[in-house]
Amino acid sequence: MIRTALEQISLWAIPVLLVGIPLVGMIKKVKVYDVFIEGAKEGFQVAVRIIPFLVGILVAIGMFRGSGAMDLLTDALRPVMNAIGFPAELFPLAVLRPLSGSGSLALTTDIVKRYGPDSLIGRTAATMYGSSETLFYVLAVYFGAVGVKRTRHAIPSALAGDVVAAIVAVTICAWMF
Amino acid sequence: MLNYIWFALMAIALVVAIFTGSAAGVTKGAVDSAKTAVEIALGLVGIMTLWLGIMRVAEAAGLISMLGRLLRPFSRLLFPRIPPEHPAIGAMIMNIAANMLGLSNAATPFGIKAMEELQTLNDEKETASDEMVTFMTLNTAGIQFIPATMIGVLSAAGSKNPTAIIATTIIATLCGAVAAVSAAKILQRFFPKGERAQ
Repeated sequence: MIRTALEQISLWAIPVLLVGIPLVGMIKKVKVYDVFIEGAKEGFQVAVRIIPFLVGILVAIGMFRGSGAMDLLTDALRPVMNAIGFPAELFPLAVLRPLSGSGSLALTTDIVKRYGPDSLIGRTAATMYGSSETLFYVLAVYFGAVGVKRTRHAIPSALAGDVVAAIVAVTICAWMF
Repeated sequence: MLNYIWFALMAIALVVAIFTGSAAGVTKGAVDSAKTAVEIALGLVGIMTLWLGIMRVAEAAGLISMLGRLLRPFSRLLFPRIPPEHPAIGAMIMNIAANMLGLSNAATPFGIKAMEELQTLNDEKETASDEMVTFMTLNTAGIQFIPATMIGVLSAAGSKNPTAIIATTIIATLCGAVAAVSAAKILQRFFPKGERAQ
């Protein structure tokens, strides 16, 4: 029931907002088209402003993955993961998730196909993918849009969230499925 | 910090390539990623233009500040130093709501708008403010109610019950979000702004 309601909201949210917001504007006597154009002018500059940040981050991650360093990192961290009981099949996904969106989507799809979509491993992989965003992409886009270069505690904080989300995903799936 | 991580990723790639002979892979990784990055950024132009325009209308109609006042308890908890009627609060709420509904196309422009508003309150323009970091961690946590992409992947692989992962995903993502925001709140005092900021 709740799920159907959420799906309906997702389906209608955009058309309703696109009409509803200018409607309130009309009632408040706002020159909606003029104001829209004024705000929309920024769109292109924002997208272009992100480019250097995104190229910098994605190239570094692309080189790292292209060298095969990801496999070495996974191997190096394996004893730690085994010690805390993290499933070996899912560990590469946990490492890749914050680094690359397209890469972790491909890996998740691969795991789901190999172990089956209704298997514990398959469902846990899907839960892990769905329970966080690609850290370095978000970092590049959001800080890039405003030209922030010193990100302070952003990366450690976000990584802490990713680690907790991955551990909870494994624990909760093992318990529920 | 980003200076070190950025350099380390590339330097490690080169060292690994020397030992494993994967230089061609490193080159391909660099060239392909540069192309992808520009495609992603330019792919945002249309949707960004649309939503930034609509956001300006919402602001002029007083909807953004209304949203901030309505969700005052939320904003006071996470962003105590920003007044609830400030447009940053409204934009952040729009971003989080869009993320929850899985509307990532709209969430990114709202999020960028929020960052621009937070930047107006930031005294050091090249250094992230505490509020910016807290807001970013909420986004990397990827809070969403319906993991549509994964339900699609499971269905395509022939799952009998692809929506089984909804509950587990919500629990995991909420725990991750709480952890990320708590970490941001705790760590902010150890990463001061100014000369020593990395």
